[in-house]
Amino acid sequence: MLDIQHVTKVFFPGTVNEKVALENINLRVDDGDVVCVIGSNGSGKSTLFNMIAGTFPVTSGKILLNGTDITAAPEYRRAFHIGRIFQDPTKGTSANMSIEDNMNLAYTKGMKGIRFGLTAERRKEFRRLLEPIGLENRMQDNVGLLSGGQRQALTLLMTTLSHPSLMLLDEHTAALDPRNAEIVMDLTKRYIEDGQLTAMMVTHNMQFAIDYGNRLIMMDEGHIILDIKGEEKQKLTVQALVDKFREIKKEDFTSDEGLLTR
Amino acid sequence: MIEGILVEGLIFAIMALGILISYRILDMADLTCDGSVATGAAVATMCIVNGLGITVGLVMSFLVGVLCGLVTATIHNKLKLPVLLAGILTMTMLYSVNLRILGNKANVSLVRVDTLYRLFPSWFPFASSDVASLLGTLLFVVAVTVLMDLFFRSDMGMAIGAMGGNEQVIISQGMNPATLKLIGLGLSNGFIALSGGLLAQYQGFADANLGQGMVVQGLAAVMIGEFLFSSNRISLITLRCIFGAIIYKGLMFLGRKYGYLIGITPNDFKLLTGILVIISLTIAKTRSMASDKGARKKAIERTMRNMKEEGNA
Repeated sequence: MLDIQHVTKVFFPGTVNEKVALENINLRVDDGDVVCVIGSNGSGKSTLFNMIAGTFPVTSGKILLNGTDITAAPEYRRAFHIGRIFQDPTKGTSANMSIEDNMNLAYTKGMKGIRFGLTAERRKEFRRLLEPIGLENRMQDNVGLLSGGQRQALTLLMTTLSHPSLMLLDEHTAALDPRNAEIVMDLTKRYIEDGQLTAMMVTHNMQFAIDYGNRLIMMDEGHIILDIKGEEKQKLTVQALVDKFREIKKEDFTSDEGLLTR
Repeated sequence: MIEGILVEGLIFAIMALGILISYRILDMADLTCDGSVATGAAVATMCIVNGLGITVGLVMSFLVGVLCGLVTATIHNKLKLPVLLAGILTMTMLYSVNLRILGNKANVSLVRVDTLYRLFPSWFPFASSDVASLLGTLLFVVAVTVLMDLFFRSDMGMAIGAMGGNEQVIISQGMNPATLKLIGLGLSNGFIALSGGLLAQYQGFADANLGQGMVVQGLAAVMIGEFLFSSNRISLITLRCIFGAIIYKGLMFLGRKYGYLIGITPNDFKLLTGILVIISLTIAKTRSMASDKGARKKAIERTMRNMKEEGNA
Protein backbone atom coordinates (compact mmCIF):
# COMPACT_ATOMS: atom_id res chain seq x y z
CA MET A 1 0.00 0.00 0.00
CA LEU A 2 2.18 2.78 1.30
CA ASP A 3 5.88 2.25 0.94
CA ILE A 4 8.30 4.82 2.31
CA GLN A 5 11.88 4.20 1.20
CA HIS A 6 14.89 5.92 2.74
CA VAL A 7 13.09 9.21 3.24
CA THR A 8 15.15 12.02 4.69
CA LYS A 9 13.99 15.55 5.28
CA VAL A 10 16.37 18.36 6.16
CA PHE A 11 15.00 21.82 6.87
CA PHE A 12 17.14 24.86 5.99
CA PRO A 13 20.03 22.77 4.67
CA GLY A 14 23.40 24.51 4.69
CA THR A 15 22.40 27.18 7.17
CA VAL A 16 23.00 27.53 10.90
CA ASN A 17 19.35 26.56 11.38
CA GLU A 18 19.81 23.23 9.58
CA LYS A 19 17.59 20.61 11.13
CA VAL A 20 17.28 16.97 10.21
CA ALA A 21 13.61 16.27 10.81
CA LEU A 22 13.55 12.78 9.34
CA GLU A 23 16.54 10.53 8.79
CA ASN A 24 16.40 7.55 6.47
CA ILE A 25 12.87 6.50 7.29
CA ASN A 26 11.72 3.14 5.94
CA LEU A 27 8.13 2.11 6.47
CA ARG A 28 5.66 -0.21 4.79
CA VAL A 29 1.99 0.09 5.58
CA ASP A 30 -0.21 -2.76 4.36
CA ASP A 31 -3.80 -2.60 3.19
CA GLY A 32 -6.19 -2.36 6.10
CA ASP A 33 -3.52 -1.43 8.62
CA VAL A 34 -4.37 1.10 11.28
CA VAL A 35 -1.11 2.56 12.49
CA CYS A 36 -0.88 4.71 15.59
CA VAL A 37 2.10 7.06 15.60
CA ILE A 38 3.37 8.37 18.91
CA GLY A 39 6.36 10.41 19.94
CA SER A 40 7.18 13.60 21.77
CA ASN A 41 7.06 17.05 20.19
CA GLY A 42 9.68 17.51 17.51
CA SER A 43 10.15 13.80 16.97
CA GLY A 44 9.16 14.02 13.29
CA LYS A 45 5.59 12.74 13.32
CA SER A 46 4.11 15.77 11.63
CA THR A 47 7.01 16.00 9.17
CA LEU A 48 6.40 12.38 8.24
CA PHE A 49 2.75 13.17 7.59
CA ASN A 50 3.69 16.26 5.60
CA MET A 51 6.00 14.14 3.46
CA ILE A 52 3.32 11.54 2.81
CA ALA A 53 0.66 14.14 2.04
CA GLY A 54 3.06 16.20 -0.08
CA THR A 55 2.94 19.50 1.81
CA PHE A 56 6.72 19.80 1.45
CA PRO A 57 9.02 17.86 -0.88
CA VAL A 58 11.35 15.22 0.58
CA THR A 59 15.09 15.92 0.63
CA SER A 60 15.86 12.39 -0.51
CA GLY A 61 14.13 9.03 -0.71
CA LYS A 62 10.99 7.72 -2.34
CA ILE A 63 7.34 7.39 -1.43
CA LEU A 64 5.16 4.84 -3.19
CA LEU A 65 1.41 4.55 -2.88
CA ASN A 66 -0.27 1.47 -4.32
CA GLY A 67 2.88 0.83 -6.32
CA THR A 68 3.00 4.29 -7.92
CA ASP A 69 5.85 6.65 -7.15
CA ILE A 70 4.23 9.77 -5.71
CA THR A 71 7.42 11.44 -4.47
CA ALA A 72 7.14 14.30 -6.98
CA ALA A 73 3.34 14.57 -7.11
CA PRO A 74 1.89 17.82 -5.74
CA GLU A 75 -0.31 17.74 -2.65
CA TYR A 76 -3.58 18.23 -4.51
CA ARG A 77 -2.80 15.27 -6.79
CA ARG A 78 -2.06 12.99 -3.87
CA ALA A 79 -5.29 14.13 -2.24
CA PHE A 80 -7.15 11.92 -4.71
CA HIS A 81 -5.89 8.93 -2.73
CA ILE A 82 -4.91 10.39 0.61
CA GLY A 83 -7.43 11.92 2.98
CA ARG A 84 -5.88 14.05 5.67
CA ILE A 85 -7.49 15.49 8.77
CA PHE A 86 -5.70 18.21 10.70
CA GLN A 87 -5.60 19.08 14.35
CA ASP A 88 -7.22 22.42 13.56
CA PRO A 89 -10.95 21.77 12.99
CA THR A 90 -11.23 24.84 10.74
CA LYS A 91 -8.84 23.44 8.14
CA GLY A 92 -11.04 20.73 6.71
CA THR A 93 -14.16 22.70 5.86
CA SER A 94 -15.03 26.06 4.34
CA ALA A 95 -16.60 28.25 7.03
CA ASN A 96 -18.51 30.61 4.76
CA MET A 97 -20.38 27.85 2.97
CA SER A 98 -23.29 25.68 4.01
CA ILE A 99 -22.89 22.09 5.18
CA GLU A 100 -24.48 20.69 2.04
CA ASP A 101 -22.22 22.76 -0.21
CA ASN A 102 -19.19 21.53 1.69
CA MET A 103 -20.41 17.96 1.30
CA ASN A 104 -20.97 18.53 -2.38
CA LEU A 105 -17.42 19.82 -2.72
CA ALA A 106 -16.10 16.60 -1.20
CA TYR A 107 -18.42 14.31 -3.12
CA THR A 108 -16.15 14.09 -6.13
CA LYS A 109 -12.43 14.70 -6.00
CA GLY A 110 -10.68 16.86 -8.53
CA MET A 111 -11.55 19.88 -10.63
CA LYS A 112 -15.19 20.82 -10.70
CA GLY A 113 -17.06 21.67 -13.88
CA ILE A 114 -19.79 24.22 -14.45
CA ARG A 115 -22.47 21.81 -13.34
CA PHE A 116 -25.04 21.85 -10.59
CA GLY A 117 -24.08 18.75 -8.67
CA LEU A 118 -26.26 19.37 -5.67
CA THR A 119 -29.40 17.57 -6.79
CA ALA A 120 -32.37 16.56 -4.65
CA GLU A 121 -31.12 13.00 -4.82
CA ARG A 122 -27.70 13.95 -3.58
CA ARG A 123 -29.24 16.06 -0.81
CA LYS A 124 -31.16 13.00 0.35
CA GLU A 125 -27.96 10.98 0.45
CA PHE A 126 -26.18 13.74 2.40
CA ARG A 127 -29.04 13.86 4.89
CA ARG A 128 -28.68 10.12 5.48
CA LEU A 129 -24.92 10.43 5.88
CA LEU A 130 -25.22 13.40 8.24
CA GLU A 131 -27.66 11.62 10.57
CA PRO A 132 -24.99 9.82 12.65
CA ILE A 133 -23.33 13.14 13.47
CA GLY A 134 -26.63 14.86 14.18
CA LEU A 135 -26.38 17.54 11.50
CA GLU A 136 -29.10 16.26 9.16
CA ASN A 137 -31.40 19.20 9.96
CA ARG A 138 -28.77 21.90 9.61
CA MET A 139 -27.72 21.28 6.03
CA GLN A 140 -28.31 24.88 4.96
CA ASP A 141 -26.42 26.36 7.92
CA ASN A 142 -23.00 27.82 7.39
CA VAL A 143 -20.22 25.58 8.66
CA GLY A 144 -18.79 28.54 10.58
CA LEU A 145 -21.73 28.21 12.99
CA LEU A 146 -20.74 24.68 14.05
CA SER A 147 -18.68 23.80 17.10
CA GLY A 148 -15.16 22.45 16.75
CA GLY A 149 -16.34 18.90 17.42
CA GLN A 150 -19.11 19.14 14.86
CA ARG A 151 -16.73 20.59 12.29
CA GLN A 152 -14.22 17.81 12.86
CA ALA A 153 -16.96 15.21 12.58
CA LEU A 154 -18.07 16.82 9.31
CA THR A 155 -14.47 16.86 8.05
CA LEU A 156 -14.22 13.16 8.87
CA LEU A 157 -17.41 12.44 6.97
CA MET A 158 -16.26 14.53 3.99
CA THR A 159 -12.91 12.78 3.92
CA THR A 160 -14.38 9.29 3.99
CA LEU A 161 -16.95 10.22 1.34
CA SER A 162 -14.43 9.64 -1.42
CA HIS A 163 -13.00 6.40 0.03
CA PRO A 164 -9.33 7.40 0.17
CA SER A 165 -6.71 4.65 0.00
CA LEU A 166 -5.02 6.12 3.03
CA MET A 167 -6.30 8.30 5.86
CA LEU A 168 -3.87 10.55 7.70
CA LEU A 169 -5.22 11.64 11.05
CA ASP A 170 -2.96 14.32 12.46
CA GLU A 171 -3.95 14.55 16.16
CA HIS A 172 -7.41 15.26 14.90
CA THR A 173 -8.99 15.23 18.35
CA ALA A 174 -6.31 17.22 20.17
CA ALA A 175 -8.11 20.56 19.83
CA LEU A 176 -11.40 19.22 21.17
CA ASP A 177 -12.73 18.90 24.71
CA PRO A 178 -12.66 15.36 26.16
CA ARG A 179 -16.30 14.61 25.41
CA ASN A 180 -16.15 15.79 21.82
CA ALA A 181 -12.78 14.10 21.37
CA GLU A 182 -14.39 10.82 22.40
CA ILE A 183 -17.32 11.31 20.02
CA VAL A 184 -15.01 12.11 17.11
CA MET A 185 -12.77 9.16 18.00
CA ASP A 186 -15.75 6.79 18.06
CA LEU A 187 -16.80 8.12 14.67
CA THR A 188 -13.27 7.65 13.38
CA LYS A 189 -13.28 4.01 14.46
CA ARG A 190 -16.64 3.46 12.85
CA TYR A 191 -15.78 5.07 9.53
CA ILE A 192 -12.48 3.21 9.33
CA GLU A 193 -14.10 -0.12 10.17
CA ASP A 194 -17.11 0.38 7.90
CA GLY A 195 -15.04 1.57 4.99
CA GLN A 196 -12.19 -0.88 5.70
CA LEU A 197 -9.81 2.02 5.33
CA THR A 198 -6.08 2.10 5.86
CA ALA A 199 -5.13 4.79 8.33
CA MET A 200 -2.21 6.39 10.10
CA MET A 201 -2.98 8.35 13.23
CA VAL A 202 -0.80 10.63 15.28
CA THR A 203 -1.86 10.72 18.89
CA HIS A 204 -0.43 11.89 22.18
CA ASN A 205 -2.61 9.51 24.09
CA MET A 206 -0.55 6.37 24.80
CA GLN A 207 -3.47 4.42 26.15
CA PHE A 208 -5.40 5.07 23.01
CA ALA A 209 -2.47 4.16 20.81
CA ILE A 210 -2.29 0.85 22.65
CA ASP A 211 -6.02 0.09 22.57
CA TYR A 212 -6.58 1.02 19.00
CA GLY A 213 -5.16 -0.11 15.69
CA ASN A 214 -3.08 -3.11 14.79
CA ARG A 215 0.28 -1.41 14.74
CA LEU A 216 2.14 1.14 16.80
CA ILE A 217 5.08 3.25 15.76
CA MET A 218 7.10 5.39 18.10
CA MET A 219 9.21 8.18 16.68
CA ASP A 220 12.09 10.00 18.26
CA GLU A 221 14.45 12.57 16.81
CA GLY A 222 13.56 11.78 13.22
CA HIS A 223 13.78 7.99 13.56
CA ILE A 224 11.25 5.24 13.97
CA ILE A 225 12.52 3.72 17.22
CA LEU A 226 9.72 1.26 17.83
CA ASP A 227 7.46 -0.67 15.48
CA ILE A 228 5.09 -3.02 17.26
CA LYS A 229 2.49 -5.06 15.43
CA GLY A 230 0.30 -8.14 15.58
CA GLU A 231 0.12 -10.13 18.77
CA GLU A 232 2.82 -8.12 20.46
CA LYS A 233 0.74 -5.00 19.97
CA GLN A 234 -2.29 -6.66 21.56
CA LYS A 235 -0.38 -7.52 24.71
CA LEU A 236 1.16 -4.07 25.03
CA THR A 237 0.64 -1.97 28.15
CA VAL A 238 1.56 1.63 28.85
CA GLN A 239 4.20 0.52 31.35
CA ALA A 240 5.74 -1.89 28.84
CA LEU A 241 5.84 0.89 26.27
CA VAL A 242 7.51 3.30 28.68
CA ASP A 243 10.01 0.62 29.66
CA LYS A 244 10.81 -0.07 26.04
CA PHE A 245 11.29 3.58 25.32
CA ARG A 246 13.56 3.94 28.34
CA GLU A 247 15.56 0.92 27.28
CA ILE A 248 16.13 2.39 23.84
CA LYS A 249 16.97 5.82 25.07
CA LYS A 250 19.02 4.37 27.96
CA GLU A 251 18.64 7.55 29.86
CA ASP A 252 16.47 8.99 32.54
CA PHE A 253 13.53 10.43 30.77
CA THR A 254 11.32 11.76 33.49
CA SER A 255 11.05 14.96 31.49
CA ASP A 256 9.99 13.18 28.33
CA GLU A 257 7.50 11.05 30.15
CA GLY A 258 5.63 14.18 31.10
CA LEU A 259 5.09 14.95 27.44
CA LEU A 260 3.17 11.77 26.77
CA THR A 261 -0.14 11.51 28.48
CA ARG A 262 -1.22 8.11 29.57
CA MET B 1 -30.61 63.45 -14.48
CA ILE B 2 -31.68 60.65 -12.16
CA GLU B 3 -31.49 58.33 -15.18
CA GLY B 4 -27.92 59.47 -15.72
CA ILE B 5 -26.93 58.57 -12.17
CA LEU B 6 -28.62 55.18 -12.50
CA VAL B 7 -26.92 54.41 -15.81
CA GLU B 8 -23.54 55.44 -14.41
CA GLY B 9 -24.25 53.40 -11.29
CA LEU B 10 -25.24 50.32 -13.28
CA ILE B 11 -22.15 50.47 -15.52
CA PHE B 12 -20.06 50.96 -12.41
CA ALA B 13 -21.91 48.00 -10.82
CA ILE B 14 -20.42 45.58 -13.35
CA MET B 15 -16.98 46.72 -12.24
CA ALA B 16 -18.00 46.43 -8.60
CA LEU B 17 -19.06 42.83 -9.31
CA GLY B 18 -15.56 42.17 -10.60
CA ILE B 19 -14.11 43.68 -7.44
CA LEU B 20 -16.56 41.58 -5.41
CA ILE B 21 -15.15 38.44 -7.05
CA SER B 22 -11.53 39.25 -6.28
CA TYR B 23 -11.86 40.89 -2.86
CA ARG B 24 -14.75 39.06 -1.32
CA ILE B 25 -15.20 35.71 -3.04
CA LEU B 26 -11.52 34.96 -3.71
CA ASP B 27 -10.25 37.05 -0.79
CA MET B 28 -7.43 38.35 -3.01
CA ALA B 29 -6.48 42.04 -3.00
CA ASP B 30 -6.13 42.43 -6.76
CA LEU B 31 -5.15 45.88 -8.05
CA THR B 32 -5.16 44.90 -11.73
CA CYS B 33 -8.52 46.65 -11.93
CA ASP B 34 -7.01 50.13 -12.29
CA GLY B 35 -5.39 48.94 -15.50
CA SER B 36 -7.94 46.50 -16.86
CA VAL B 37 -10.91 48.88 -16.73
CA ALA B 38 -9.03 51.27 -19.01
CA THR B 39 -7.92 48.36 -21.19
CA GLY B 40 -11.55 47.33 -21.59
CA ALA B 41 -12.50 50.88 -22.57
CA ALA B 42 -9.60 51.15 -25.01
CA VAL B 43 -10.29 47.80 -26.67
CA ALA B 44 -14.01 48.45 -27.08
CA THR B 45 -13.36 51.93 -28.43
CA MET B 46 -10.75 50.84 -30.96
CA CYS B 47 -12.94 47.95 -32.12
CA ILE B 48 -15.88 50.27 -32.67
CA VAL B 49 -13.84 53.07 -34.24
CA ASN B 50 -12.30 50.58 -36.63
CA GLY B 51 -15.70 49.29 -37.68
CA LEU B 52 -15.70 45.89 -35.99
CA GLY B 53 -18.99 46.66 -34.31
CA ILE B 54 -20.33 46.98 -30.80
CA THR B 55 -20.77 43.28 -30.07
CA VAL B 56 -17.24 42.42 -31.12
CA GLY B 57 -16.01 45.41 -29.11
CA LEU B 58 -17.69 44.26 -25.90
CA VAL B 59 -16.73 40.61 -26.33
CA MET B 60 -13.15 41.63 -27.02
CA SER B 61 -13.02 43.93 -24.00
CA PHE B 62 -14.24 41.07 -21.81
CA LEU B 63 -11.69 38.64 -23.26
CA VAL B 64 -8.80 41.08 -22.99
CA GLY B 65 -9.87 41.74 -19.40
CA VAL B 66 -9.75 38.00 -18.72
CA LEU B 67 -6.24 38.00 -20.18
CA CYS B 68 -5.18 40.80 -17.79
CA GLY B 69 -6.47 38.76 -14.86
CA LEU B 70 -4.63 35.68 -16.12
CA VAL B 71 -1.38 37.66 -16.24
CA THR B 72 -1.77 38.74 -12.61
CA ALA B 73 -2.76 35.24 -11.49
CA THR B 74 0.18 33.69 -13.36
CA ILE B 75 2.67 36.11 -11.79
CA HIS B 76 1.18 35.30 -8.40
CA ASN B 77 1.11 31.53 -8.99
CA LYS B 78 4.48 31.06 -10.63
CA LEU B 79 6.63 33.60 -8.81
CA LYS B 80 4.77 33.17 -5.49
CA LEU B 81 4.51 36.94 -5.36
CA PRO B 82 1.78 38.40 -3.12
CA VAL B 83 -1.25 39.07 -5.30
CA LEU B 84 -1.12 42.73 -4.29
CA LEU B 85 2.28 43.15 -5.90
CA ALA B 86 1.35 41.01 -8.91
CA GLY B 87 -1.66 43.25 -9.47
CA ILE B 88 0.40 46.43 -9.21
CA LEU B 89 2.85 45.04 -11.75
CA THR B 90 0.13 44.18 -14.24
CA MET B 91 -1.62 47.49 -13.65
CA THR B 92 1.56 49.46 -14.30
CA MET B 93 2.38 47.49 -17.42
CA LEU B 94 -1.18 47.91 -18.66
CA TYR B 95 -0.83 51.69 -18.64
CA SER B 96 1.68 51.46 -21.48
CA VAL B 97 -0.32 48.74 -23.20
CA ASN B 98 -3.43 50.91 -23.07
CA LEU B 99 -1.61 53.81 -24.72
CA ARG B 100 -0.49 51.40 -27.43
CA ILE B 101 -4.03 50.14 -27.95
CA LEU B 102 -5.24 53.72 -28.25
CA GLY B 103 -2.60 54.31 -30.92
CA ASN B 104 -0.24 56.26 -28.64
CA LYS B 105 -2.91 58.79 -27.77
CA ALA B 106 -4.11 59.57 -24.27
CA ASN B 107 -7.72 59.47 -25.41
CA VAL B 108 -9.80 58.47 -28.39
CA SER B 109 -13.33 59.70 -28.82
CA LEU B 110 -16.27 57.81 -30.25
CA VAL B 111 -17.77 60.53 -32.41
CA ARG B 112 -19.71 59.76 -35.57
CA VAL B 113 -19.84 56.02 -34.90
CA ASP B 114 -22.61 53.82 -33.58
CA THR B 115 -22.27 52.99 -29.92
CA LEU B 116 -24.58 51.02 -27.67
CA TYR B 117 -25.93 54.26 -26.24
CA ARG B 118 -26.82 55.60 -29.68
CA LEU B 119 -28.61 52.32 -30.45
CA PHE B 120 -30.65 52.01 -27.26
CA PRO B 121 -33.22 54.69 -28.28
CA SER B 122 -34.08 52.58 -31.33
CA TRP B 123 -34.56 49.51 -29.14
CA PHE B 124 -37.01 51.32 -26.91
CA PRO B 125 -38.79 53.75 -29.24
CA PHE B 126 -41.53 54.38 -26.69
CA ALA B 127 -39.14 55.97 -24.20
CA SER B 128 -37.04 59.10 -24.15
CA SER B 129 -33.37 58.61 -24.94
CA ASP B 130 -32.36 58.86 -21.26
CA VAL B 131 -34.88 56.23 -20.20
CA ALA B 132 -33.90 54.05 -23.16
CA SER B 133 -30.25 54.19 -22.04
CA LEU B 134 -31.32 53.20 -18.55
CA LEU B 135 -33.46 50.30 -19.77
CA GLY B 136 -30.72 49.03 -22.06
CA THR B 137 -28.06 49.21 -19.35
CA LEU B 138 -30.38 47.57 -16.85
CA LEU B 139 -31.01 44.71 -19.27
CA PHE B 140 -27.29 44.29 -19.77
CA VAL B 141 -26.52 44.33 -16.04
CA VAL B 142 -29.31 41.88 -15.25
CA ALA B 143 -27.99 39.46 -17.88
CA VAL B 144 -24.42 39.73 -16.55
CA THR B 145 -25.55 39.31 -12.94
CA VAL B 146 -27.71 36.26 -13.69
CA LEU B 147 -24.79 34.62 -15.48
CA MET B 148 -22.49 35.40 -12.58
CA ASP B 149 -25.00 34.06 -10.03
CA LEU B 150 -25.37 30.86 -12.02
CA PHE B 151 -21.63 30.43 -12.31
CA PHE B 152 -21.03 30.84 -8.60
CA ARG B 153 -23.77 28.36 -7.80
CA SER B 154 -22.20 25.74 -10.03
CA ASP B 155 -19.74 23.24 -8.60
CA MET B 156 -16.78 25.14 -10.02
CA GLY B 157 -18.06 28.46 -8.67
CA MET B 158 -18.61 26.88 -5.27
CA ALA B 159 -15.06 25.60 -5.27
CA ILE B 160 -13.77 29.11 -6.02
CA GLY B 161 -15.86 30.44 -3.13
CA ALA B 162 -14.56 27.72 -0.83
CA MET B 163 -10.98 28.57 -1.75
CA GLY B 164 -11.52 32.16 -0.65
CA GLY B 165 -12.42 30.89 2.79
CA ASN B 166 -9.89 28.10 3.09
CA GLU B 167 -7.31 27.08 0.51
CA GLN B 168 -6.47 23.81 2.27
CA VAL B 169 -9.99 22.49 1.66
CA ILE B 170 -9.47 22.86 -2.07
CA ILE B 171 -6.14 21.04 -1.94
CA SER B 172 -7.65 18.29 0.20
CA GLN B 173 -10.39 17.80 -2.38
CA GLY B 174 -7.85 17.26 -5.13
CA MET B 175 -8.10 20.63 -6.85
CA ASN B 176 -5.21 22.85 -7.83
CA PRO B 177 -5.76 26.25 -6.19
CA ALA B 178 -3.59 27.88 -8.87
CA THR B 179 -6.12 26.89 -11.55
CA LEU B 180 -9.03 28.24 -9.55
CA LYS B 181 -7.17 31.51 -8.99
CA LEU B 182 -6.63 31.81 -12.75
CA ILE B 183 -10.32 31.32 -13.38
CA GLY B 184 -11.37 33.65 -10.56
CA LEU B 185 -9.07 36.54 -11.37
CA GLY B 186 -9.73 36.09 -15.09
CA LEU B 187 -13.46 36.38 -14.55
CA SER B 188 -13.06 39.30 -12.16
CA ASN B 189 -11.01 41.33 -14.63
CA GLY B 190 -13.23 40.26 -17.50
CA PHE B 191 -16.16 41.94 -15.75
CA ILE B 192 -14.07 44.99 -14.91
CA ALA B 193 -12.95 45.41 -18.52
CA LEU B 194 -16.49 44.86 -19.76
CA SER B 195 -17.59 47.68 -17.50
CA GLY B 196 -14.82 49.82 -19.01
CA GLY B 197 -16.09 48.93 -22.49
CA LEU B 198 -19.58 50.12 -21.59
CA LEU B 199 -18.31 53.23 -19.86
CA ALA B 200 -16.33 54.31 -22.92
CA GLN B 201 -19.46 54.06 -25.03
CA TYR B 202 -21.55 55.90 -22.47
CA GLN B 203 -19.19 58.83 -22.03
CA GLY B 204 -18.19 58.75 -25.70
CA PHE B 205 -14.44 58.33 -25.33
CA ALA B 206 -11.73 56.09 -23.93
CA ASP B 207 -9.03 57.53 -21.74
CA ALA B 208 -5.75 55.99 -20.66
CA ASN B 209 -6.21 57.49 -17.18
CA LEU B 210 -9.72 56.12 -16.83
CA GLY B 211 -8.73 53.50 -14.30
CA GLN B 212 -7.10 55.70 -11.72
CA GLY B 213 -8.48 54.96 -8.27
CA MET B 214 -11.11 52.56 -9.59
CA VAL B 215 -10.22 49.78 -7.15
CA VAL B 216 -10.97 51.93 -4.14
CA GLN B 217 -14.18 53.19 -5.69
CA GLY B 218 -15.29 49.63 -6.43
CA LEU B 219 -14.38 48.58 -2.94
CA ALA B 220 -16.46 51.44 -1.56
CA ALA B 221 -19.42 50.21 -3.62
CA VAL B 222 -18.98 46.63 -2.35
CA MET B 223 -18.85 47.86 1.23
CA ILE B 224 -21.84 50.18 0.94
CA GLY B 225 -23.68 47.16 -0.42
CA GLU B 226 -22.70 45.08 2.59
CA PHE B 227 -24.38 47.59 4.89
CA LEU B 228 -27.71 47.15 3.17
CA PHE B 229 -28.34 43.58 4.28
CA SER B 230 -26.33 40.51 5.18
CA SER B 231 -26.72 37.22 3.36
CA ASN B 232 -24.68 34.23 2.28
CA ARG B 233 -26.66 33.73 -0.93
CA ILE B 234 -24.76 34.72 -4.03
CA SER B 235 -27.82 36.23 -5.75
CA LEU B 236 -28.37 38.61 -2.83
CA ILE B 237 -24.67 39.36 -2.49
CA THR B 238 -24.50 40.45 -6.14
CA LEU B 239 -27.76 42.38 -5.80
CA ARG B 240 -26.54 44.38 -2.83
CA CYS B 241 -23.29 45.04 -4.66
CA ILE B 242 -25.26 46.59 -7.54
CA PHE B 243 -27.23 48.72 -5.09
CA GLY B 244 -23.98 49.74 -3.44
CA ALA B 245 -22.56 50.88 -6.78
CA ILE B 246 -25.64 52.97 -7.55
CA ILE B 247 -25.63 54.53 -4.07
CA TYR B 248 -21.93 55.34 -4.44
CA LYS B 249 -22.55 57.12 -7.75
CA GLY B 250 -25.49 58.91 -6.15
CA LEU B 251 -23.29 60.13 -3.30
CA MET B 252 -20.69 61.34 -5.77
CA PHE B 253 -23.37 63.16 -7.71
CA LEU B 254 -24.54 64.89 -4.55
CA GLY B 255 -20.95 65.76 -3.78
CA ARG B 256 -20.51 67.33 -7.20
CA LYS B 257 -23.80 69.19 -7.09
CA TYR B 258 -23.98 70.39 -3.51
CA GLY B 259 -20.43 69.87 -2.34
CA TYR B 260 -19.53 73.51 -3.00
CA LEU B 261 -21.86 74.49 -0.15
CA ILE B 262 -19.41 72.95 2.30
CA GLY B 263 -16.36 73.68 0.20
CA ILE B 264 -15.91 70.24 -1.40
CA THR B 265 -14.65 70.10 -4.99
CA PRO B 266 -14.30 67.04 -7.25
CA ASN B 267 -10.59 67.18 -6.37
CA ASP B 268 -11.50 65.91 -2.91
CA PHE B 269 -13.40 62.85 -4.12
CA LYS B 270 -10.51 60.41 -3.91
CA LEU B 271 -9.85 61.45 -0.33
CA LEU B 272 -13.53 61.19 0.52
CA THR B 273 -13.85 57.76 -1.12
CA GLY B 274 -10.88 56.52 0.88
CA ILE B 275 -12.39 57.86 4.08
CA LEU B 276 -15.69 56.21 3.15
CA VAL B 277 -13.93 52.85 2.80
CA ILE B 278 -12.13 53.32 6.12
CA ILE B 279 -15.36 54.23 7.90
CA SER B 280 -17.12 51.23 6.32
CA LEU B 281 -14.36 48.90 7.48
CA THR B 282 -14.46 50.36 10.99
CA ILE B 283 -18.20 49.97 11.28
CA ALA B 284 -18.04 46.44 9.82
CA LYS B 285 -15.39 45.51 12.34
CA THR B 286 -17.30 46.80 15.37
CA ARG B 287 -20.40 45.12 14.00
CA SER B 288 -18.76 41.73 13.66
CA MET B 289 -17.19 42.11 17.09
CA ALA B 290 -20.61 42.86 18.54
CA SER B 291 -22.18 39.86 16.81
CA ASP B 292 -19.30 37.64 17.97
CA LYS B 293 -19.93 38.84 21.50
CA GLY B 294 -23.64 38.13 21.09
CA ALA B 295 -22.97 34.65 19.75
CA ARG B 296 -20.56 33.90 22.59
CA LYS B 297 -23.09 35.08 25.16
CA LYS B 298 -25.77 32.90 23.60
CA ALA B 299 -23.46 29.89 23.59
CA ILE B 300 -22.64 30.37 27.26
CA GLU B 301 -26.32 30.71 28.13
CA ARG B 302 -27.12 27.55 26.20
CA THR B 303 -24.38 25.60 27.95
CA MET B 304 -25.53 26.83 31.34
CA ARG B 305 -29.09 25.82 30.53
CA ASN B 306 -27.99 22.37 29.38
CA MET B 307 -25.95 21.89 32.52
CA LYS B 308 -28.92 22.89 34.64
CA GLU B 309 -31.15 20.47 32.78
CA GLU B 310 -28.62 17.71 33.19
CA GLY B 311 -28.42 18.54 36.88
CA ASN B 312 -32.17 18.32 37.19
CA ALA B 313 -32.40 15.02 35.35
